[in-house]
Amino acid sequence: MLYLDNAATTPLRGQVLEVMLPFLSEDFHNPSSVYTPARKVRAAIDDARIVIADAINARPEEIFFTAGGTESDNWAIKGVLEASKRGRHIITTQTEHHGILFVCKHLEKIGDSVTYLPVDHEGFVSPQDFENAIRPDTCLASIMFANNEVGTLQPIEQLAAIANKHGVPLHTDAVQAVGHIPIDVDAMGVQLMSLSAHKFGGPKGVGVLFVKRGTAITPMFQGGAQERSRRAGTENVAGIVGMAKALQLSVEEIPTERPRVTAMRDRLIHEILTNIPHTQLNGASGDRRLAGNVNISFRFIEGESLLLHLDMKGCCASTGSACSSGALEPSHVLMAMGLGHELSNGAIRFSLGVNNTDADIFQLIEILRPAVEKLRSLSPLYDDYLKS
Amino acid sequence: MEYSEKVMEHFMNPRNVGEMEDASGIGTVGNVQCGDIMRVFLKIENDTVTDAKFKTFGCGAAVATSSMATEMVKGKTIPEVLTITNKTVMDALDGLPAVKAHCSVLAEEAVQSALWDYAQKNNLTIEGLNPPKENHEHSH
Repeated sequence: MLYLDNAATTPLRGQVLEVMLPFLSEDFHNPSSVYTPARKVRAAIDDARIVIADAINARPEEIFFTAGGTESDNWAIKGVLEASKRGRHIITTQTEHHGILFVCKHLEKIGDSVTYLPVDHEGFVSPQDFENAIRPDTCLASIMFANNEVGTLQPIEQLAAIANKHGVPLHTDAVQAVGHIPIDVDAMGVQLMSLSAHKFGGPKGVGVLFVKRGTAITPMFQGGAQERSRRAGTENVAGIVGMAKALQLSVEEIPTERPRVTAMRDRLIHEILTNIPHTQLNGASGDRRLAGNVNISFRFIEGESLLLHLDMKGCCASTGSACSSGALEPSHVLMAMGLGHELSNGAIRFSLGVNNTDADIFQLIEILRPAVEKLRSLSPLYDDYLKS
Repeated sequence: MEYSEKVMEHFMNPRNVGEMEDASGIGTVGNVQCGDIMRVFLKIENDTVTDAKFKTFGCGAAVATSSMATEMVKGKTIPEVLTITNKTVMDALDGLPAVKAHCSVLAEEAVQSALWDYAQKNNLTIEGLNPPKENHEHSH
């Protein structure tokens, strides 16, 4: 199998599974219980919190465990909005993950006000647009660090400086970035950040919301005193322990993995653009793009049909096309970047990870070339192009 | 979402792909906004479809329904062709996922649009055939 969908999820690392297993068997005790065996479980959560805080240069008390990126995103928006004394206006971007975007759409429906910043053709927001959008009643800005579809890395430090100047807390969805890029929440200047374990070799169903000390936020769940009464509910102990291990390993490997994956990414982009005509790269280049992200539009063909051909050859990738997975709307990210329907519908995302090698790239090209040719031979748009 | 084996078989090995120089009628429906475009070519002799070809830009379901619809119309008289609906095409493919049902509507409309083109070119009135919709829009 040729797995090129690491932005969707990553395989669980073997060492991560190993540290999780005891908490799925003999160390099953409730960490809130008082007896001796439970204390070991409590200690494991405390240790995990320290490891994760260290990995992003936060304090342990700023780390709140959640069920993943979407919960962290929902909580950041709703919790800060509810606690804010400034007002009920939110600033975000047109290219956020649905975990942010659909929360904002919902809030608009119930009467709150949201500004969706546009992006340029590479997916970047303009710091000037951001500053202009800030109002006296702006309670929160949420701007994602690394885009999940095109890998665009927003200039978060610059945006945070603007937000801080105006006293607006900034949340960033860093789900795609954490474990792949060095993260220092202090240097970035953000008040809130979402991360998700399964994007860096950890288990699914567990994540973190970083909340900087002093940031007003209402609890996600009411109930027990877990997570300092901000997120009630018995902890996902195995998940938390696994996430900490996965993050520790990923962060250790960044100095070697990031340049390796970046070189692989650039080779893949080069091979596609030179071997397959009528293709284009969507998004930014170089350091302003996530190391593992490749997003290519194949003109005259529709994304889902290309994915099906790749799937028949054992290759897993992803699409933002209209007809894929029942979405029926082309990617909001590509449309916001001004691609238009045809190029948005013909876009495929390949996302590389720790398990990929150069051999995978050449194997992919061998699979891609005939599949694209075959689909173009079916395409009335290609006929029209050849005749024009 | 999962496609039936028959859908995948028609998608991977589509029948009747191509254009037709001497088509009696050509119908193009859909647009890039919906992500699907189908173009159907029909050869009609003595009120009977003697050959059919297609070109389709679209998802797996769009390609498979084009392939199946062109198979189903071949050898049929015009009144028989009019009994082919999105439902009969879908049934012949052992069904489609619910979110893909609109692709089979497109196949029915492409065939009827080609018949309409044939009728226009030959000054014929085909009973039970409605003019194709301009700017095709299906329900999303």
